Amino acid sequence: MPAADLKQRIEGVYQSESRAVLATLIRLLGDFDRAEEALHEAFRAALEKWPAQGVPENPRAWLVSAGRFRSIDQLRRQARFDSFDPLTHDTAADETSPVDEADPGVADDRLRLIFTCCHPALAPDAQIALTLREVCGLTTEQIAQAFLTPVPTLAQRIVRAKAKIRDARIPYEVPAPADLAGRLESVLKVIYLVFNEGYTASSGAELMRLDLASEAIRLGRLLVEMLPQTEAIGLLALMLLHDSRRAARASAAGELIVLEDQDRSLWSRAQIEEGCALVARALATRSPGPYTLQAALGAAHCRAPSAADTDWNEIVRLYDLLLRIEPTPIVALNRAVAVAMRDGPAAGLSLVDELLAAGGLTGYRLAHAARADLCRRLGRNAQAREAYSQALALTHSQPERRFLERRLAQLAES
Amino acid sequence: MLHSDFESGGLSMKYLCLVYGEERKIGEMDDHKCLACDAELRAGGQCIASEALEPVATATTVRVRNGRVSVTDGPFAETKEQLAGFYLIEARDLNEAIQIAARIPPAAVGCVEVRPIRPIREQPRTGRSHD
Repeated sequence: MPAADLKQRIEGVYQSESRAVLATLIRLLGDFDRAEEALHEAFRAALEKWPAQGVPENPRAWLVSAGRFRSIDQLRRQARFDSFDPLTHDTAADETSPVDEADPGVADDRLRLIFTCCHPALAPDAQIALTLREVCGLTTEQIAQAFLTPVPTLAQRIVRAKAKIRDARIPYEVPAPADLAGRLESVLKVIYLVFNEGYTASSGAELMRLDLASEAIRLGRLLVEMLPQTEAIGLLALMLLHDSRRAARASAAGELIVLEDQDRSLWSRAQIEEGCALVARALATRSPGPYTLQAALGAAHCRAPSAADTDWNEIVRLYDLLLRIEPTPIVALNRAVAVAMRDGPAAGLSLVDELLAAGGLTGYRLAHAARADLCRRLGRNAQAREAYSQALALTHSQPERRFLERRLAQLAES
Repeated sequence: MLHSDFESGGLSMKYLCLVYGEERKIGEMDDHKCLACDAELRAGGQCIASEALEPVATATTVRVRNGRVSVTDGPFAETKEQLAGFYLIEARDLNEAIQIAARIPPAAVGCVEVRPIRPIREQPRTGRSHD
């Protein structure tokens, strides 16, 4: 194989295998930093040996063995290990003994890594940073940029999270069945937060940051592949259906386009089909949770040929179900908007006003934006202007700002 | 016959002595001083148990509400909640420690902070040198 091809082949192996190799090395070496170093050593070994030996049949097993061997060898040379170190007794490790792929541990290593990075004993922002770093393989710089965080702050967050994993002894394991539901919730939340950060970009100049949304979908796929639980399937469906509208959600100039004004021919049919099939699969388990119900809502929108042809009855019914398991003012607000579509703006407005009067949504920009939109539809322009101004004062996203300013300008002209 | 606790020879009390301090200043101290104090008190029959804690960054808070266990990073935050007791437990790892903490009844109304014990006897620090 010519050298250039081999280099490309090794890069391909890095893309497809490095995260799985890292996940197994963390289990074998019991330490994140040592595993990362071993991963680099393993690929250095590949660059040295594969040109002569050829690419092994099972590159992942080869890389795990090479990484483990070099890490242990390094420890021996440093002569820093003592009798407490289990590696002292691990004399079987050498570069030629491949790690047994039949070992049930290997297949679960990536799942172990996800559950460890998303452990609820870590701060939420640390869970996100660590997951993107270790599971997705993004660099600290990439993550910092995506979250508009200074690099040293993000690096510090990752260092502290690793220290807590070590010092508080957070285990490297898939939770026991009794704990699985609760722990899965924390994994799904991390994935959804990453997706939302990429999808809505709640602050900053661009409306969408493609990379994070795609990373979240990739993570969701990985999770469903390894752990096909209802809500994991529901979350993947939800992300795919939201993301299917990506191309229609903003104009070429980066201006926000609301759902009813979107060019539906720009929606990704492939993603919608996949998302709808996943929704059906999740609903078939008869234990839909909040992600599955939100995905079902997304599917109802995506199936409609136009905003007017949307099945608002079905959408209100799904919000009723969602409100039962997640009785939050934000869900109630979305339900009110759906009621407005089904029964007219006056019915929706009285619900929104009730919610605003209850006080829980006073600082929520979308509550004021919804109120403004309903007032506008009812021709109550003065009230609409007032509500748009309130929404404007609460938003930090530039495209959202411009959208609200456009609406205000339109009202001033009329 | 009942006797008053105020009389000499009455039942002795047990006290929990809680050690507070800025982590940097505490970290600069020599652990051997603490170990010597511990040995002296134990020799006099006055110390039942003593341990050092890992820094507050290693803390995890466990609450049980409506039968659901909630786990969060960090020490308890609500100022209304006061220290009410302690359990020194042995567990394989943090997950097992959380399971045990969730079984402690006040976890259902207050919270239980789970903090690893620092191996002060096995790995005493000599002070200042560490970070």
